[in-house]
Amino acid sequence: MDAALFDKLGLDPKAPVLQCEDLCISYYTRAGEIPAVMDFNLTVGANEAIGLVGESGCGKSTVALAIMQYMGKNGAITGGAVRFFGRDMTSMSELELRALRGSLISMVYQEPMSSLNPAMKIGAQLCEVPMIHEGLSRDQAKERVLEMLAAVRLPDPKRIFNAYPHQISGGQQQRVVIAMALLSGPKLMLLDEPTTALDVTVEAGIVELIKDIAKEFGTSLIYISHNLGLILNTCDKISVLYSGKTVEHGSVRDVFDEMRHPYTRGLFNSIPLPGADKNARPLIPIKGQMPLPTERPAGCTFGPRCDYFEEGLCNDPAPLKVSPVDAKGSHVVRCRRWDAIDWEAARPRRRQAEPPKIGAQVLEIDHMKKYYEIKDRSLMALIRGKASRYVKANEDIDFDAHAGETVAIVGESGCGKSTLAKVLLGLETATEGRVMLGDLDISNIPVRRRAPNEIGALQIIFQNPFETLNPAHTVGSQIARVIRKFGVASDPEEVRERVLKLLDTVRLPREFYERKPRQLSGGQKQRVGIARAFAGEPKVVVADEPVSALDVSVQAAVTQLLMDIQREQKTTVLFISHDLSVVRYLADRVVVMYLGHIVEQGSVEQVYAPPYHPYTEALLSAVPIADTSVKKRRIVLEGELPSALNPPKGCPFCTRCPRVIAGLCDVEEPPLKTLADGHQVLCHLEDQVFEEMEPVIALAEGYSG
Amino acid sequence: MSEATLQTREAPFITRLFTFRETRAAMAWSIGLYALAAIASGLGAPLFVQAIACAALVFFALNALWSVRESSIAVIGLALVLFWVLLATAAPLLPLRDPTAVSPAFKGLSEVLQIKTLLTYAPDMKLTEAQSALLEKPTWFGYSYEGETYTLGIDHKGRDILSRLIWGAQRVLVWASLATATAYIVGMLFGVMAGYLGGWVDEVISFVANIMLSFPVMVLYIIIITQLGASGVNVIIAVTFASAPGIMRIVRGLVLDLKTRDYIAAAQTRGESAWYIMLFELLPNARGPLIVDACLRLGYTTIAIATLGFLGLGLPPPEPDWGSMLAEARAKGATFHHMIIIPAAALSSLILGFNLMADGLREISLRD
Amino acid sequence: MLVMIGRRLLSMVLIMLIISAVLFAIFETDKLNVAGKVLGPYSSQTQREIWLEKNGYNEPVVERYFAWLGVVPNFEGAYAGILQGDFGDSIEKKVPVSEYLWPRLANTGILAGLTFAFMIPIALFLGVIAGMREGSALDRGASIFSVLTTSVPEFAMATFLAVIFAYSPSPDAWYRLPSTSSFINGFAWNELILPVAVLVIYDMGYVARMTRASMAEVMQSNYIRTAILKGVPFRTVIWRHALRNALIAPFTVIVLQLNWLLSGVIVVEVFFEYKGFGKMLYDAAVFQDIYVIEACTLVAVAVAVLSQLISDIGYTYLNPRIRFT
Repeated sequence: MDAALFDKLGLDPKAPVLQCEDLCISYYTRAGEIPAVMDFNLTVGANEAIGLVGESGCGKSTVALAIMQYMGKNGAITGGAVRFFGRDMTSMSELELRALRGSLISMVYQEPMSSLNPAMKIGAQLCEVPMIHEGLSRDQAKERVLEMLAAVRLPDPKRIFNAYPHQISGGQQQRVVIAMALLSGPKLMLLDEPTTALDVTVEAGIVELIKDIAKEFGTSLIYISHNLGLILNTCDKISVLYSGKTVEHGSVRDVFDEMRHPYTRGLFNSIPLPGADKNARPLIPIKGQMPLPTERPAGCTFGPRCDYFEEGLCNDPAPLKVSPVDAKGSHVVRCRRWDAIDWEAARPRRRQAEPPKIGAQVLEIDHMKKYYEIKDRSLMALIRGKASRYVKANEDIDFDAHAGETVAIVGESGCGKSTLAKVLLGLETATEGRVMLGDLDISNIPVRRRAPNEIGALQIIFQNPFETLNPAHTVGSQIARVIRKFGVASDPEEVRERVLKLLDTVRLPREFYERKPRQLSGGQKQRVGIARAFAGEPKVVVADEPVSALDVSVQAAVTQLLMDIQREQKTTVLFISHDLSVVRYLADRVVVMYLGHIVEQGSVEQVYAPPYHPYTEALLSAVPIADTSVKKRRIVLEGELPSALNPPKGCPFCTRCPRVIAGLCDVEEPPLKTLADGHQVLCHLEDQVFEEMEPVIALAEGYSG
Repeated sequence: MSEATLQTREAPFITRLFTFRETRAAMAWSIGLYALAAIASGLGAPLFVQAIACAALVFFALNALWSVRESSIAVIGLALVLFWVLLATAAPLLPLRDPTAVSPAFKGLSEVLQIKTLLTYAPDMKLTEAQSALLEKPTWFGYSYEGETYTLGIDHKGRDILSRLIWGAQRVLVWASLATATAYIVGMLFGVMAGYLGGWVDEVISFVANIMLSFPVMVLYIIIITQLGASGVNVIIAVTFASAPGIMRIVRGLVLDLKTRDYIAAAQTRGESAWYIMLFELLPNARGPLIVDACLRLGYTTIAIATLGFLGLGLPPPEPDWGSMLAEARAKGATFHHMIIIPAAALSSLILGFNLMADGLREISLRD
Repeated sequence: MLVMIGRRLLSMVLIMLIISAVLFAIFETDKLNVAGKVLGPYSSQTQREIWLEKNGYNEPVVERYFAWLGVVPNFEGAYAGILQGDFGDSIEKKVPVSEYLWPRLANTGILAGLTFAFMIPIALFLGVIAGMREGSALDRGASIFSVLTTSVPEFAMATFLAVIFAYSPSPDAWYRLPSTSSFINGFAWNELILPVAVLVIYDMGYVARMTRASMAEVMQSNYIRTAILKGVPFRTVIWRHALRNALIAPFTVIVLQLNWLLSGVIVVEVFFEYKGFGKMLYDAAVFQDIYVIEACTLVAVAVAVLSQLISDIGYTYLNPRIRFT
């Protein structure tokens, strides 16, 4: 089939799979033409996996859509060529493109749910591909599809075949999309952030699948991601994009170990790799933020943010070409000063900062439980007399936090961490147990009944920077409201003075007082969110994934800011996160949650080193780490996260646990074991098994850091 | 536009329009002066107040037209609406005849009518030269009698149609906007309560709204007006009954979406009262879709008021409004086409203006 | 699904009961007023009181209400009760309301049926081709057309059409149509043309706009991109992937349009003197013919509530996301 199609489309099987030559892409808006991608060059050989990495707005998704020749109404390729097996795709007719799409080139999308037609059964959507491209009959197609569904390791392919997309989980949906992309044995597969919307352990499974299946089908990959760790895990080569241009390209090893562009260096400096330490070796954020496409500076677009910027050279408006770094020319950078920079000195350096002093106990959560009642109003439920069921969102939560301490609460979606935050903040009341803030039990005081200073003593930083501020009010008025509300100050002048001081504290210019939130970038909004949380001089701040929605380079700055303020004000921070790398970097103690239970807690050193709870073990293995010197043990969890409405009997983790003891774990609730001082796990495993556990993450010999 | 950053600092149009200080000031001034002018003209009083209102309106009109220049549809729609608003506001200042007075030209028209009536009974009748000349003269556009020209002609009672049209525009616009505003206040209040408070409040409000929505709109109008009597206030009541449940549903839907935002949680976690959250945190952010909907609803209300007038259930005569003009003309429709076509066309153009404005604003807000 | 229908039916019955109670409260609590309306303005006080006594109006209000509903056996009064199909006698026409309610309803049914038969295909077609390629000339054209038609109220459109086709042409012009539709000389197709045209033109725009918006939204969705990028021909993308999703929203709009149509029908029937349900309601309201108003309102509300039920069921059926949860 391939040979005939190659002939028909005039493709040369000996040519590289894909070649982008000086590709330029623009969007047309009211503001005029906005170049999204400029001078993009890329060659993809057979069986090669290439990673495109960059922050949001760098143009990486645009490249993918341009390769598919699907630019929408307002986008267009303004220059260069996209050659697929030697043939320029920009010259292809709609009919030729159609023959190509879905058969020789296919794509996997970021949001699997919206990428599948909600009104069509999965089987029908999949069968279309071979029926259109290979003219198979419905029955032949069905056979092929069922095979493929099994190949992407979906349980019970027949059931999935007859299901609608909304009836299966997000991870399964993404597997279906991957199956769809593979059905016609494509030569090139584009993956646009295929795991961003998924939980870490599910992500690990999908990445594993992609790696295996690309080898099995002989497909070349272009893997688009903002996550360097995932690229390291899946790709052979990597292109780093910044503001529409490739700034560095080379083999994964070269770029990760010997990066020669200040932006790449900056990216690596701002992600928490093993070995980074908030006291001894802090992250180094990149200053400033990515320019808007309409406001790109002349010369090097990274210039204004670069530590090695040289006036007259870097902002010379002459075209900035790529220069080879090594003799073969396989590693290139777009920088005029790359050979003038001392790359050893650019690594994060050790500094000796005093570790924060942990003070007295501030918050004590004592066997707290939170159940939600779900009323089932259907007739069947009435007849059976089971009109209400309980969701056990939090089961026996028990830990404490001290002044100046950072306690991280780690878990995937549905683990109950948000419910815990709600109970603390008084948006919900606990079903059982106590939550002591100082001498006050707040577990049953809803926020409306708390005194202003009590409310101010326990505040939150929200996850989504785009929702955290009310778009209708100015930044200043939103912070001022908090100050007045908590009774910190009431005199208008004094309030204003305090707001301005808070803006200083979060390192925002004072002019922001009058700004509306829409004029701020994500990182700036999050800073305002931090200012607001600290306005009432809180004792405890709950930080609900405060940086997970931000770009990598901004994340570091915001994290750093949060820790600096904490150090200064000796605040207790409850840091809720799913990102184990960030947690290791900044937490003092870690609480791991799964399905409403605390399965493990202890100091960072205790949790990140064996013995582990099996869930922690799997989580650690699932986190992608962008460091070539790290070796990981592979533990891929099977199955899906059980519903909190219908939790498994016995141990909550027993359905997915690789170390499950049949007949014990799925029957009896596990005991809480103390492995060391302050280190507890909720597990049935024998002490001996714990003792024999190997580390999941190992640094290679001679790692200097 | 798939690149997120291209949009981040682009202000959504609606917020831009209504956060421009000048625009807001101009609006406040013009609305205030407009109300003053309305009261003043009701009291039969100083022209200069009305003139100031007109000037403020012109200023606001130009400002508003400038701010929607991105969408040609919105510009056309707004221009149509402003055309009528300006005419209506300027009515006391314009050289118009008394809209209720019978003009001398009525005599001339009745002669023509007489001949026409005769002709329908005896089509073969021989006409004198004077009679033929009378028949050939236009009877509406540019109708003239004894040296006076009536630009849009006169109606069956001999009243100047142009003057009635412009004064009628004032009455229609005032009652339509008052009725819509009332319906909006009621609908928004219940909508934000149902959406934010939820639970039994929501169930009760939604159920009552469902009941009200079960009445076909016109049935509701007819019953309310025939029971309460035809008057402006009763029109407002009828429109509120008919529109508020729909507005309530829209607001409720918007609030259900908005209340999941973190800034609402932030307000809750700092212990704000439910009313503060509803009025200062939620409603300001719902205004975008609501402004679009309000434009559409102004159109519907205008239709409703005119239709009621047409059915003889609207604002009471003899003061002119488009509805009553239509009601009077309907009986004479077969002989006086222009009497019914002119107000009907004026009405359609105003409604078209509202609809185009809604379309344009929606287009702009989607583009941002 | 069955549970859903059952619950909707229950709430429908509840709504109808509440509305009947409200109507009863509005029209029949003031019994002297009722007697005055029935016996005419020149009747004496004693005449009215005798009439009230005879027709059971001196019973307690609650009992009267249930009698009016038709659930009180052997109630001696002005009516046997709605549930028995007896709405009382028309004051104006002195005949049982039910006797001429049903024929009138049938007439309106003809009007509404014809309107839907023309409006839906045209509106859906316009909406789909406009939403298919957003921003194209075709889209612009169809959008402007539908804005124009929705901006001209029914009676204004009726006027324009009547002037063009009924008043102005000479009596023997081929395109001349009758200006009234009262079927004086028996049923005539040409008398239906103008009323149906007015209703079709006015309602079409709204449905077309809804369809366009829904179609345009679907065409921008990720799953349409998926379909195109897996090589599905454009025509198949439209037929298989877009239409089904795009027509869910217009479907509910069309069914709920019945409610709107009923409003328009009143205006059109009054304008063209069409002997239908709308004209009946209007005449009754103007004449204060209490029993007819009650009957007509109840029927109108029943139609509206029923159409809501159908639209809900249809929506659930068409939308697999709700059907299988």
